[in-house]
Amino acid sequence: MAWIWFHKLGSPPHFYRLAGRMTPWFAWPALLLCLGGLYGGLVSAPADYQQGEGFRIIYVHAPAAWLSVMIYSAMAVYAAVGRIWRINVCHALAASCAGIGASFTLVALVTGSLWGRPMWGTYWEWDPRLTSELVLLFLYLGYMGLRSAIDDTARADRASAVLAIVGAVNVPIIHYSVTWWNSLHQAPSVMKFGKPTMPASMLVPLLMMLLGFTLYFVAIMLVRARGEVLRRERGAQWVAEAAVEA
Amino acid sequence: MHWLQMGGYWMYLWPSYLLTLLVVVLNIIAARRSLRAARAEVRRRLQAQRSNP
Repeated sequence: MAWIWFHKLGSPPHFYRLAGRMTPWFAWPALLLCLGGLYGGLVSAPADYQQGEGFRIIYVHAPAAWLSVMIYSAMAVYAAVGRIWRINVCHALAASCAGIGASFTLVALVTGSLWGRPMWGTYWEWDPRLTSELVLLFLYLGYMGLRSAIDDTARADRASAVLAIVGAVNVPIIHYSVTWWNSLHQAPSVMKFGKPTMPASMLVPLLMMLLGFTLYFVAIMLVRARGEVLRRERGAQWVAEAAVEA
Repeated sequence: MHWLQMGGYWMYLWPSYLLTLLVVVLNIIAARRSLRAARAEVRRRLQAQRSNP
């Protein structure tokens, strides 16, 4: 009985309507959190004692890097659930994640590169963290390329799900790359066991940005997934009713 | 003006923020367009079905 809500999520019409209702509940808090985080990060937080004002790139770099990894993990989980239990909505969600994840991986790479130039003296280094993040971008691009290369949606779902699941092995590599190998990249300062190594005046805006970006992603993913579900179910009666309502 | 210079790091900091803002906005536009296009496709199919029952 308690799992009925979960099974209902697999129903395309139920998901389509629920996602439509939920989107503003993610989008508006995301906007407020990001505005607050930007003010805190760019105005309130003190300059870093080593990196000066340049450290403020963290308020866009860290959320983008977090999204790049989190979205891939979500995509792999959706793909696995869709593959194992043949839930079409999960494949739609996985497909909706890829473009968003790829764009934020690119942001993480470019902003990291712009941060690296004044701090490390180079835009790029074949460092474990940077290289594994670049591999993540290629995984996203491979996933999108594979999907678009196969016309039959069900076959595209199955093939791309395998790629997403196999590629998930890169996620722990990205996270632990700075501790497993010698790396130019700094060690984790927020996502680590024990106490974060940042003072609250710097940490709070960063946490606001991280949460804001996460909620933003959920809102965007829901909008994209609604379109994907409509496209997949275009022959169904409920889709005709939904299109007339919209 | 002093704040905009960000202690001499403005040439690294502001492009980072601009790129992020651009990607955030483009993702919103792409998602909305995708949903709108899917709805338009469904409506076109419905009209085609009505005109050729």
